[in-house]
Amino acid sequence: MAEPKRVERPLSPFMIGPYYRPQMTSMSSILTRITGNALIAGFVLGAWWLIAAVSSPGYFGFVNWIVTSWLGYLVFAGMAWAMWYHYLTGLRHLLWDTGKGLDIETAEKLGWGAIIGSVVLTLLTLIILAIF
Amino acid sequence: MRYLTDRKRAVGKGASGSGTEHYWWMTMSSVALAFLVPTFIFVFGSAIGGTQEEVIAHFARPFPAILTGLVTLVGMRHFAKGAQVMLEDYTQGSLRKGLVILVYSLSYVITALVLYALAKMTFLSIVLNSAN
Ligand code: HEM
Repeated sequence: MAEPKRVERPLSPFMIGPYYRPQMTSMSSILTRITGNALIAGFVLGAWWLIAAVSSPGYFGFVNWIVTSWLGYLVFAGMAWAMWYHYLTGLRHLLWDTGKGLDIETAEKLGWGAIIGSVVLTLLTLIILAIF
Repeated sequence: MRYLTDRKRAVGKGASGSGTEHYWWMTMSSVALAFLVPTFIFVFGSAIGGTQEEVIAHFARPFPAILTGLVTLVGMRHFAKGAQVMLEDYTQGSLRKGLVILVYSLSYVITALVLYALAKMTFLSIVLNSAN
């Protein structure tokens, strides 16, 4: 057998910025990546809080103080928005996978839909959680 | 060699080494999460702000416990595979391998922490209830 040749495959070029004008399609796409990955912060904080709840009262008091501080609320409110945005653009991906909605006009409309929709859903979520 | 079909010889030779497996897994997990996440946001959000006893009682109930377990299990696998795609876009070689291992480990640790906390909450609430 011949030696398998090691190929360094090229990285996908990062186009946004100097080479490619920011557009609704590229911006709403990169935001899907950013929000999806950022959601790990919510899981880290959430898991820490749940573990604290089954630890000593003193330790729960400490972690719960962080979770219910303005910073904790800011993180979870941000997570709610990230989740709704990623959710809506995730659904957009599933639609695209069926071959529909890929023309520029529809794709841009769906981008605006995800941005406006995620803000509306986040406000609704926070209002409902504040009432109940 | 003669007994291999052309298709069999091609399997695994693509850049991914695993065909469309990864893509299909993201699709399946996103459909699952699309059903789970909206309810989860309210189940988790409504627990924030409670006392330690209230938080334990909240997640000891079957529905919040099972839903939180499912979202964590599926969500953390979805996150790990999603973050892997991002890392494969921006990094190469040993750095890429190291970071993918890190992200996979993080997702498994969070899954274990949440499942442990949920199990202990169920146990604690049984103990607390029978003490009353
Ligand atoms: C548990 C919460 C979730 C987390 C932590 C998460 C995280 C991620 C991450 C890190 C990626 C990779 C993004 C990239 O390509 O760079 C991703 C991709 C994706 N997510 Fe999620 N996600 C979550 C929930 C959801 C939900 C609810 C849906 C569906 C409505 C969804 C649909 C998708 C889809 C379709 C992709 C693939 C996008 C692509 O092909 O580029 N995700 N997710």
